[in-house]
Amino acid sequence: MSTSVGNHATQETTHTPVGLIAFAWALVGVPLVYGLYQTVKTASNLF
Amino acid sequence: MAVPSFLARERIIARPGFNRWLIPPAALAVHLCIGQAYATSVYKTALVADFESSLTAIGIVFSIAIVMLGLSAALFGTWVDRNGPRAAMFTSACFWSLGFFVGSAGIATDQLWLLYLGYGVIGGIGLGIGYISPVSTLIKWFPDRPGLATGMAIMGFGGGALIATPLSRQLMGWYDDAYVASGPGANLASGDAVAKLFLTFGVVYLAFMMFGAFIVRVPAEGWKPAGFDPSTVKAKSMVTTNSVSAANAIKTPQFWLLWIVLFCNVTAGIGILEQASPMIQDFFRENGTSTVAATAAAGFVGVLSLFNMGGRFVWSSTSDYIGRKPIYMVYLGVGLVLYVLLATIGSSATWLFVVLAALILSFYGGGFATIPAYLRDLFGTYQVGAIHGRLLTAWAAAGVAGPLIVNRVLDTQGTPGQLVASDYRPALFIMVGLLAVGFVANLLVKPVAAKWHEPKADAIFTDTQEAKVTR
Repeated sequence: MSTSVGNHATQETTHTPVGLIAFAWALVGVPLVYGLYQTVKTASNLF
Repeated sequence: MAVPSFLARERIIARPGFNRWLIPPAALAVHLCIGQAYATSVYKTALVADFESSLTAIGIVFSIAIVMLGLSAALFGTWVDRNGPRAAMFTSACFWSLGFFVGSAGIATDQLWLLYLGYGVIGGIGLGIGYISPVSTLIKWFPDRPGLATGMAIMGFGGGALIATPLSRQLMGWYDDAYVASGPGANLASGDAVAKLFLTFGVVYLAFMMFGAFIVRVPAEGWKPAGFDPSTVKAKSMVTTNSVSAANAIKTPQFWLLWIVLFCNVTAGIGILEQASPMIQDFFRENGTSTVAATAAAGFVGVLSLFNMGGRFVWSSTSDYIGRKPIYMVYLGVGLVLYVLLATIGSSATWLFVVLAALILSFYGGGFATIPAYLRDLFGTYQVGAIHGRLLTAWAAAGVAGPLIVNRVLDTQGTPGQLVASDYRPALFIMVGLLAVGFVANLLVKPVAAKWHEPKADAIFTDTQEAKVTR
């Protein structure tokens, strides 16, 4: 997981895995989409 | 106060090549969890029945949490800036989860004071630290788009309620077969189900927030995004490249003007948010009966939640292009006009009422999300987290003032359930007055005087360093 921890004094270049970025966004995105869907469903009662 | 080495700022300095797009989900992991604070209404009535108490006594739990948010953000802001986002997120996760565990024990053993202590005090501390924890980090990772960055995180706070509300209903349904959320056979959840809900939230939020804490990184000193030219930031008159400490910031008129701006904007928004469901029914009441059904009123609350959340992202991102001061002129100036329209012609059509209220709530959300970037423009990035923490006392004050103004006015106008649109006018015009005060305060904001700037040698973001960065 770690891409930047270490001896930064050496200034080694790192590469953040795309999979980690996708996983992190999915982890927050999926619950958010669930919440949005449920809220839109409730909001539709207004119209 | 020292922190264990695995939490220390020095351990999370990103190496060259680190992808900054890993930081927004880390921030969202925290804000989506603490945003649950705005979903307490979903089990409020169940707690009233379980404790055989009153709505006021249970409502105090939420008020304590918001006041603790403001106080802890103000008190721990400097600690958060000094120790970095991982230590702050870790601490916030511990407090927020512990608050749920203690609260759950209070519900299970019928001891209301434990709920006050757990969710209110302990959880409230987690709220305050968690709210400010990713803000300065995001601003440093996105110097080219600070409004977008903070808008993303603070949008998560609005999103947290959107997730927690339906999730709470789902979980309480699993823990109590007799629970029916709405409809003709509606039945409250048992105290036992709410206690189990609190336990579940405690565990889930702990895991989620820890994930954020362990993927977050801070940029190395002098780092800048590819293609970003810091001299373009310096060129804008309202954006400083100097640094002002939190201790000095609160001595400047700019800090207190922004305090007034935030207080007025939040108080006005809360005025609608607090009363949303009965308000739409009262606005369209004819001969004692509302033409808006309870389910439609619930839908209206949903629409407001969406605009509150969307406004945080959209308006804050827009501020990167048009500037912080102009966007607050829109929030407060256009908001003022919308409030006048709501008070005068809002009851002429349901669609008009919904559009006006939704826009007002989008400005309310935008005001929250844009303030960190406004602080960064005026005081620099040096201790922006701590300054933001101190400014959040305005939120705590507005959280008390907003509902107080609306409820006091409505109490003098009639009985709940029999109110009509005209009964809301005095409260709405008070909000218009508040927005006018906020508008003037925003107009008076000028760049911070040089005497408050940190000496160049000690400042984090000095011209010298910027020159180094641009090479």
